[in-house]
Amino acid sequence: MSIDVRKTYKLYVNGAFPRSESGRTYPVNNSRGRLVANAVLGSRKDLRDAVIAARAAQNGWAKRSAYNRAQILYRVAEVMQGRREQFITELRHGVSAAAAEREVDATIDRWVWYAGWADKFAQITGASNPVDGPYFNFTVPEPVGVVGVVCPDDAPLLAFVSRVAPCIVSGNTCVVLASERWPLASVTLGEALATSDVPGGVVNILTGRRAEIVPWMAGHADIDTIDLTGCAGDRALVVTAEQAAAASVSRVVHATPREAQWANESSQSPYTIGSFVEYKTVWHPKGP
Amino acid sequence: MTDPTNSNTDAAAPMAARSSMPGREPSSLFRFEYAPALESTAVVSLQPSYGLFIGGRFVKPKNGGSFVTINPATEAPLAQIALADEADVDAAVRAARRAFRSWSALAGKERAKYLYRIARVLQERGREFAVLESMNGGKPIKESRDVDIPLAAAHFFHYAGWADKLEYAFAGRTPQPLGVAGQVIPWNFPLLMAAWKLAPALACGNTVVLKPAETTPLTALLLAEVMQEIDLPPGVVNIITGAGATGAALVGHKGIDKVAFTGSTAVGKQIQSAIAGSGKRLTLELGGKAANIIFEDAAIDQAVEGIVNGIYFNQGHVCCAGSRLLVQESVAELVVSRLLRRIETLRVGDPLDKNTDVGAINSQAQLDKIRCLVQAGVAEGATLHQSAWPLPDKGYFFAPTVFTDVAQSHRIAREEIFGPVLSVLTFRTPDEAVQKANNTPYGLSAGIWSEKSSRVLWMAEKLRAGVVWANTFNRFDPTSPFGGYKESGFGREGGRHGLAAYCQFAEDQAGAST
Amino acid sequence: MLGGLVTHAGEALGNEQMVDDRDEPVAHLPVGSITVMAALVARSNPPDWVRAFAAGAVRIPAVDAVGLEARAAALTGRSIKKASKIAALRLAIECMDLTTLEGTDTPGKVRAMCAKAVQPDPRDASIPSVAAVCVYPELVAIAKHSLQGSGVKVASVAGAFPSGLGPLPTRLDEIRRAIDAGADEIDIVLNRSAFLAGDLARAFDDIAASKLACGAAHLKVILEAGELGTYDNVRRASMLAMAAGGDFIKTSTGKIGVNATPPFALLMSEAIRDHFEQTGVKVGLKLAGGIRTAKQSWQYLVIVNETLGPDWLTPHLFRLGASSLLNDVLMQLRMQATGLYQRPDDFTVD
Repeated sequence: MSIDVRKTYKLYVNGAFPRSESGRTYPVNNSRGRLVANAVLGSRKDLRDAVIAARAAQNGWAKRSAYNRAQILYRVAEVMQGRREQFITELRHGVSAAAAEREVDATIDRWVWYAGWADKFAQITGASNPVDGPYFNFTVPEPVGVVGVVCPDDAPLLAFVSRVAPCIVSGNTCVVLASERWPLASVTLGEALATSDVPGGVVNILTGRRAEIVPWMAGHADIDTIDLTGCAGDRALVVTAEQAAAASVSRVVHATPREAQWANESSQSPYTIGSFVEYKTVWHPKGP
Repeated sequence: MTDPTNSNTDAAAPMAARSSMPGREPSSLFRFEYAPALESTAVVSLQPSYGLFIGGRFVKPKNGGSFVTINPATEAPLAQIALADEADVDAAVRAARRAFRSWSALAGKERAKYLYRIARVLQERGREFAVLESMNGGKPIKESRDVDIPLAAAHFFHYAGWADKLEYAFAGRTPQPLGVAGQVIPWNFPLLMAAWKLAPALACGNTVVLKPAETTPLTALLLAEVMQEIDLPPGVVNIITGAGATGAALVGHKGIDKVAFTGSTAVGKQIQSAIAGSGKRLTLELGGKAANIIFEDAAIDQAVEGIVNGIYFNQGHVCCAGSRLLVQESVAELVVSRLLRRIETLRVGDPLDKNTDVGAINSQAQLDKIRCLVQAGVAEGATLHQSAWPLPDKGYFFAPTVFTDVAQSHRIAREEIFGPVLSVLTFRTPDEAVQKANNTPYGLSAGIWSEKSSRVLWMAEKLRAGVVWANTFNRFDPTSPFGGYKESGFGREGGRHGLAAYCQFAEDQAGAST
Repeated sequence: MLGGLVTHAGEALGNEQMVDDRDEPVAHLPVGSITVMAALVARSNPPDWVRAFAAGAVRIPAVDAVGLEARAAALTGRSIKKASKIAALRLAIECMDLTTLEGTDTPGKVRAMCAKAVQPDPRDASIPSVAAVCVYPELVAIAKHSLQGSGVKVASVAGAFPSGLGPLPTRLDEIRRAIDAGADEIDIVLNRSAFLAGDLARAFDDIAASKLACGAAHLKVILEAGELGTYDNVRRASMLAMAAGGDFIKTSTGKIGVNATPPFALLMSEAIRDHFEQTGVKVGLKLAGGIRTAKQSWQYLVIVNETLGPDWLTPHLFRLGASSLLNDVLMQLRMQATGLYQRPDDFTVD
C-alpha cells in the first residue's frame, strides 16, 4: 500500500502559491473536530501583496474582449469539472457526501452561468439616453476595479464562486478571503484557476481570520469595492469595516438574502454582476 | 505687485501673458459697451422669515433658532431662516414616516400626476425661481434662467413618467420604495439638486426629508410652497433648513432608510462612516478635479469655449468642473493664448444682469478658500493670469483665473478649488493624457477634445470618470446618468439608472425570514 | 508637377488669358491640406504671409458644429439695451451696404435707393449715411452719379454673380468694367464648383486674379456659406479667400435659402482673427442675406465685438448687406428716441 502525498494548502496570489509572509498557519478541523490540514493564516502583508497583484492584473483583464473573458471563465468550469472528486472530498469534511456533491455540481453550474454573462451584461444594463439636444449619449457598465471579497462559511465553495464569478466576469480583479472555517476547497479552486487561462492576479485567494484581515481590506485605499457578505452575523466587524471603507469612499456590498440562498438557482442574478460595476456616461455632439 | 488673491481691489491684476484683441489700439474706437440689462426682482416676493416645512406646513423651529441668508452679490440680508435642531429633524422624519404608508400605496400613475404638476409649476413660475436662485446663490441669471430651472422642471417631468412604469425599469425584479429618504444638497445648484434628489425618490414611492444648503435655502423653500400649491399630501416632502449639524442629525436619524448626499468628499466620508453598519442605503455625489483634455487636432475654438464653460460656468462652483486643463504640448501656446484672450470677454458682475457671464462667489467662506488656494498656486511657482474685468465693490467676486506652468504635484492641480480657477498642464501623448487625467483620487467627470473619433472612444474608455464629455462639457440631462468613480462618490442620478438608488426589490428579500 | 504649376501660375497671373489653360490641376488633394497650400504658394509667387500659410504655420482647425452653434446662440442672447442699443443701431447703419440685386432693377430704383442711402431718415438729420450701396454692374454709373459727394461708396457684384461660373476672362472683364464705371468695391463669389470639387488651386487663382483686376478697389469674396455643406468648409474657404487676397469675406449672395447666420458670422470672425494673427492683415467681414431686423444687426455686432474686438466695429472692416434692414433699424431708433412704438408707413419705402 502506497502512502498518500498530502497536500500543503497555500495562498494563491498573482498566479503563484506562496505561504504567508508571516509564516503562520491555523488548523482546519473537520466537523467532528479532527485535524484535516493546516491552512495558511494570512496577514495584512499578504493582503497588501494580493492587492498589488490584483491592481496590476486589472487593466489587462478588463481590456480583454467580453467574448474572450467568457471563454476563459468557461474554461475554469471545465477544469473544475475535472477536479470534481477533489472538491467533494474537501467539502465532505463539513457536510455529507450527497451535500458535497450537490454543492460542487451547483458550483460548476454557477460558474458556467456567470461566464455566459460576460458579453451580455452590458446589453441589458447599458443605455442610449435620449438627451434634449444634438448629442449622442450612452451609458455603459465598467468594472469598478479591484474588489475585496469576504466569503462566508456557509456553502464555502458555492458561496465563493457565487460572489467571485459575478465579480470578475465584468473585468474586475479581486482579493478573496476564503471561508475561515472551511478554506480548503477554495484553495483548490485556486489551483483550478491557475491551470485554466485566467491570468495571474485576477483572482487572489487568502485564507485566515476575518477579524484580522477584514479591517485592513476595508481600509485599503486601492480596493474599490468590498463585499462583506462573509461578515454577516458579525455586526461589530461590519461597522468597523464600513467605517474603514469610508476613508477612501470604497463601495460596500452585502449579499441580499436571496443571493445568500446559495444552493438555490434563483440566487444567481445579473444584478449581482451589477454590484461590482460603475456606470460611465459619455456625451458626444452630433454635427455635420 | 498687486495681491493676486484679492480680486476685489483692482482691475490691473498681474497678468504676465495678458493678451489683447487683435490690433487693439488706444484710439477713438467704437466701444460697444453693454448697458445694464437687469432682470427685475419684482417677480419675487420674499417673506421676512421662513419656517421649516414639515407635514405640509411651515412651522417654527422648536427652539426658535434662526440664521440670516444673504445675497452674496450685495451682502444684503434677504430673509431670516429657521435653524432646525435634532427635535425638528425628528419631527420632519416622523412626518415623512407617517406619509410614507399612503404615498407608497398610491398608484404610480397618481404619484406621477403630482410630479407632473410640480414640473409644470416650475415652468410656470420659472422666472420667479430663476431670479430668486440668482439672488440667493450669486449665479448669473442667464444660467439660472436657461439651465438650473428648466433642468429642474425637466427632472420632475422625466421622473413623473417613471412613477407608473417602474416595473419595466428592472427586468425580472419588482421595485418597492425604500421608505424615508434623508437628502442633503449643496449650494451650487440649489433647486436643481433638490429636483435631482426629490424626483426619483418620489417617483419610486419614498417620502423625503430634504435639507438645502445653509447659504442657499430660498428656492427650496419656494419649492415647498409649490408642494402646497400642487396639493402634495402633507409629509411626503419635508424641507428643513440649517447647517452641518442639521444635516448630521438628519443622516444619523434612526428613522430614515436612505441617505443621499451631494457635497464635498470630506463630508461624504464623514457620512459614510457615521452610518456604517446601520443598513441605510447610501448614495454620494462628491467632489471632483476633472481633466479637460485638449488634443492638437481639436476644434480649437470650440475647445476654448468648452474650457471656459468647463471652469467658469457657475463661477466654477461645479463638482464636475473641468478644473485641470490638460493640453497637448504642440498646441498649448495657441490654446492658452486663445483662452487668455477669451477670459477678458467674460463679463463678471451683478448676477441679475442678463449679460453677466460670471456672477458672485457663493459665500465669504468660499471666497476665502479660493483665495487661499490661489495664493498657494502662486507660492508653489505657477504663473497666474487673471481677467482684468473690473469687479464690483461690494459682494463676493473673484476674477476668472488661469494658472499656467502648473505641475501635477501642485495643490492647485490636486485639490478641488470650487471656484473660477483653472490649472493648465501639458501632455505629449494620449497615454500620458490618460495617466495624468486618472492620477487623482477623484473620478467624477472628464473632457476630451479631438476630431478623431477613434481617439475619442479610446480615451472615453480609459478615463476613470463617471461622466465623459467628448467635444462638449458640463451638459446635463434628466435621462443621462450622472455620478462618480472613486472618491467622487457612488450611485447614479438621472435616467433609469437613477431609480436604483430609491428602490429595493421584493426578490432580494426572498428567504430573509424563512 | 509643382514646377509646371509655378510656370502656369506665373503666366496666369501675369496674363489672364492663360488661366483656363492649365494642364496640371491640383484636383485630388484633400481639402485644406498643407500640400494644397504648398502648391498654391508655388504657383502664385505669393507674399510672405501666403508662404506662412502654406508652410503650415497657419492651422485650419476643424469646427465642431454643435459647439459653434451653441457659442453663437450664447452671443446672440446678449441683452442690448438703451444707450448701447442706440449706439449699436447707428453703427449698423454706418456699416450697411444698402443693396438691390434684382433683374428688375432700374435707374429709377437705384436713384431712390441712393437717396435713402445718403439720408436714411428725412425726419432726422442726425442719422448717418450708410457705408455703401450694392448694385449690379450695369447700374454702377447711375449709383455713382447719384452718390457724388456723399461719401457713400458704390459696391458692385461682379464675376458672373451669383454662380461665379462664367469663363474667367469674362468675369475679370466684368470686374474691370464695373470699376471703370465707378465702383469702389467689388463683390465676387467663390468658385464653389472648383472648391467643392477639391480644386482649391483653381478657386484660389480665380480670387487672386480678381484681386489683380480690382486694382485699388476693395474685393469682397462671397463664400456662399449656405452652399458649402459644412462649417469646416466655410472655415477653409475663409482662409483660402483671405490668403488669395480678399479684402473682405462675405457670407452670402442673398440668392439662396440659407444666408448669413450667427454661426457663420462667428466662424468667419474666428477665421479673420486667425488670419490676422498669422499675417497682421485685417480682413473685413460682410454679412449678407436674410438680415431684416434691428435685433439681428446688434446680434451680429455683438459677435464681432466679442470675437474680433472693437477694431472691427467700423465700416472699413464690417458690413451688413441688406435691402430691408434699414427701415427696421430706423424704426427702432425712433422708438428709442420717442419711447413710442412706430408704424412702417412713417418710414420711406424706396
